Amino acid sequence: MYIAKINVTLKDSILDPQGETIKEALLKLGFDTQSVRIGKFIEIKLNANSLDDASQKIDSMCKKLLYNPEIEKYNFKIEEI
Amino acid sequence: MKAQVVIFPGSNCDWDVYYALKEAGFNTSFLWHDDKKINCDLLVLPGGFSYGDYLRCGAVARFAHVLENIYEFSEKGGLILGICNGFQILTELKLLPGALMLNKSCKFICSDCELIIENNDTYFTKLFKKNEIVNFPIAHGEGNYYINEDDLKILKSYDGIVLKYKENPNGSKEDIAGIINKKGNVFGLMPHPERVSFNYLGSNIGLKVFQSILNR
Repeated sequence: MYIAKINVTLKDSILDPQGETIKEALLKLGFDTQSVRIGKFIEIKLNANSLDDASQKIDSMCKKLLYNPEIEKYNFKIEEI
Repeated sequence: MKAQVVIFPGSNCDWDVYYALKEAGFNTSFLWHDDKKINCDLLVLPGGFSYGDYLRCGAVARFAHVLENIYEFSEKGGLILGICNGFQILTELKLLPGALMLNKSCKFICSDCELIIENNDTYFTKLFKKNEIVNFPIAHGEGNYYINEDDLKILKSYDGIVLKYKENPNGSKEDIAGIINKKGNVFGLMPHPERVSFNYLGSNIGLKVFQSILNR
């Protein structure tokens, strides 16, 4: 059994109004930041033959459904559990 | 002419567009997301929150059983109209370029909206005048249209920008509110023409979209 932890975020070139809003909110709370970007976190448990196999399956899932390549990018970590 | 309105779990503008299509003169029926096959002249993907807008608007609808032969339907020249969530689904299907993102203000906007008819030489807008200003309401949280520079060049090369916002409410690139594909048979727009198809609801200017299709 493997667990994949996937981050889906907007591409760097895309304006993130949610991030901008949260940056302002943090500022009002007394925290200054360089930048804030908001993304999605997806956790998937799956069966696979090996770490490589799991990695390939997760990559396919990302490409098929989990992210929109027009505006998003993704990365993930996998470990055996 | 036969029109089918797809209903996904979470769609909520299906009946509105059904009535508008009937008013325009279409033989109209519904298609449930699990139905077998598309069988019509005009396929309509209505507004709403298909599959709860989970993950991304339209991300799941794209894989609906009923849309399995949508590419074949489009290849054969079938007409496809995507309104609001329908437009989002068409971009996820890659039948139209670009993507619809969170409104720049991060707010859901529900209001009347003035639009400019940029291209009236399409199946969907031929009854309008070029540069005519029309008012179709908008109701969306993710209507911010994004398109990369290369695809935008291609879009402009075939006059694919059909509608523009007179005053950009959501940050859309180049104020784009509605576009068609190169072949001209697929039209996606964020505003709701079906909500202004009956005078007793304030205006019937939107009916012209559906009547244009009938007059092709």
